[in-house]
Amino acid sequence: MKQEMMTVLAQKELAPKIYEMTLTGKLVKEMTIPGQFLHVKAPRADLLLRRPISLASVDQKNASCKLIYRTEGVGTELFSQLVPDDQVDVMGPLGNGFPVEFLGKEDLVFIIGGGIGVPPLFELAKKVKEKGSKIVFFLGFAKKEVIFYEQEFAQMGEVHLSTDDGSYGVKGHVGTMLSKVLQKEKPTAVYSCGSNGLLKAVDHYFADLEHAYLSLEARMACGMGACYACVCPTRADRGKSKKICDEGPVFSTGEVIL
Amino acid sequence: MNRLAVKLPGLNLKNPIMPASGCFGFGKEYSKYYDLGLLGAIMAKAATSEPRFGNPTPRVAETPSGMLNAIGLQNPGLEVIMKETLPSLERYDVPIIANVAGSTQEDYVAVCAKIGDAPNVHAIELNISCPNVKHGGIAFGTNPDVAYELTQAVKKVAKVPVYVKLSPNVTDIVPIAEAIEAGGADGLTMINTLLGMRIDLKTRKPILANQTGGLSGPAVKPVAIRLIHQVAQVVNIPIIGMGGVYTVDDVLEMFMAGASAVAVGTANFTDPYICPKLIEQLPLRMDELGIESLEKLISEVKGARK
Repeated sequence: MKQEMMTVLAQKELAPKIYEMTLTGKLVKEMTIPGQFLHVKAPRADLLLRRPISLASVDQKNASCKLIYRTEGVGTELFSQLVPDDQVDVMGPLGNGFPVEFLGKEDLVFIIGGGIGVPPLFELAKKVKEKGSKIVFFLGFAKKEVIFYEQEFAQMGEVHLSTDDGSYGVKGHVGTMLSKVLQKEKPTAVYSCGSNGLLKAVDHYFADLEHAYLSLEARMACGMGACYACVCPTRADRGKSKKICDEGPVFSTGEVIL
Repeated sequence: MNRLAVKLPGLNLKNPIMPASGCFGFGKEYSKYYDLGLLGAIMAKAATSEPRFGNPTPRVAETPSGMLNAIGLQNPGLEVIMKETLPSLERYDVPIIANVAGSTQEDYVAVCAKIGDAPNVHAIELNISCPNVKHGGIAFGTNPDVAYELTQAVKKVAKVPVYVKLSPNVTDIVPIAEAIEAGGADGLTMINTLLGMRIDLKTRKPILANQTGGLSGPAVKPVAIRLIHQVAQVVNIPIIGMGGVYTVDDVLEMFMAGASAVAVGTANFTDPYICPKLIEQLPLRMDELGIESLEKLISEVKGARK
C-alpha cells in the first residue's frame, strides 16, 4: 500500500461514459489480489478527495493495470481527459479483495456483476481461470449500449447477460437469470459486485454458501480506515461496523447489512 | 538547538505538526505509511464513555476546496481505547492528545478522569464543538457559561493538561474563549469544522444522511486564521491551530495569527504523507522567511500584540 505518480499508457472509451484507463508504474508489483482498488487523485488541486476505483485487470509482465470507470462527476470527467504520458497520483492497492486460493479444477464458480460493478470481476475471472475452475458469468447492464467486455468475459466462461430495458440479452435484472439457473446447478463459490439491489439478491440466494462474496462500494475519504466514513453495520451485532475501504470492500454473504 | 521544537503545557513537541482529531483514526492506519515517531504529536479520534456507532452513511461529501463530514464520533468506547488502542501506540515516540467527547458533563468528567492514566496521553483535547452529534458536542461549546462550567469540572479530575477545542459556529468566539480560560483550561485548539450542507440535484435530497456536516479543508482556512487571530488577542493560554492546513505556508500563517502548534486534518486524506512532508519542508521555508526558530516566532507574535 503506497502512493505513486503512475503514468497513463492508454485511455479508451468503451461505451458512452465508460472509460478504460491503462496505467504503468512500480505499484503494479503490489497488485496481486483481485478485487482491490486504487485511490486516485483527480488532477485538480481543489478536488481534495481521491476517487476509489477498482482494478479491472493487472498485467505484471508489462507492469501495467487497467481501471474501468464511469464519468459521474467532475473528478471522473477529468480522469477521462487524461492522455498517454500524463501522470496521475495513485494510492493503493487498497482493501482486502476476493479470496480464490481454495478453488480447484472440479469447482463451479458464479461471477455476478452489474453495470460499473463489473470491472473488478474481470481480474477476478482471470485468477479463477488460472485455478482451472469452470466459470459462469451473470452480468447485468442498463441497456445494450453500455455493455462492455462481453467478448473478453466469453473467452473465460459461459456468459448470461441481462439488460434493464431488454435491449440485449434477458430483460430484467441479474436476479431473474440467477433464480432459473440455481434450480439446475449449485456453485462452489460465488463472487459479486454491483448495485445494492444486486448484492442483496446474492446475499439472499447464497446466505449459506461458504464461499459467497460481495464487493461493496461507498463514499469514502481516506480509503485506508482512518476516517470512518464508509462503514456498514455487521449482521452479528448491529452496534458494530466494518469499514468498507479497509476491512472490505469484499465481505462474505451474511457478514454485513446492505 | 531544535528550531522546530515548541513547549506547551504537558507537551514538549519536537516539531509543531500533528494530525488533527478524527482525521487520523487512532494512528494505526497511518503507521503502515510512515514512522509515527516523526510527528510532533497525535490528536487521537474522539473517545466517549461508551462505544458509539456514529451516523448513518453517506458520511462524507466533497465541496469546492473542502469536504463535509458527519461521522458522528464513532469510536469503540473508553474501555477498549484504554486497553487496546492507546497501548498499541506506546512503541512510538509520540505524545498523544486524547480527544474527549460526551453527551453530559458527567460523561466528559468520567472519561477525562481516566484517560490521562495511559502513559502516552500527555494532554486532553476537550471536544465541545463537534457539529455532528445531537446530544453534547457543540451544545457545550456555544454558551460561555456552560463551557466555563464544563472546563472547570474537567480540570478538577484531569491528570494531564486540558486543551479545549473551539467551534467556529458561534456569533462571537471571544467570550467563549475567555470563559474557557477562566475555567482553567491549559490551552485552546481551534477550529473545529463549520456547519455545512450539500444537496444532490438528482435526488433533490441532502447528500449526507445526517443532512448537515462539518466543513473542513482549505476552504475554511481564512476563517480559522481570523478566529485564531481574534482569540489570541484576548487569551494568555496557547492555541493549537487547525483548519485547512495543506502547506508549510499555511503552517506559518497559523503561527503568525497566534498559534503555537498546528494540526493537519483533511490534508491527510488527500496525501497520507502530508505530515512528514510538512515537517521536512518547514525549516527550508523558515530559512527563506528569516525565521530563526518557532519559539522565537511565537514570542515575537505575542510581543507584537502587547
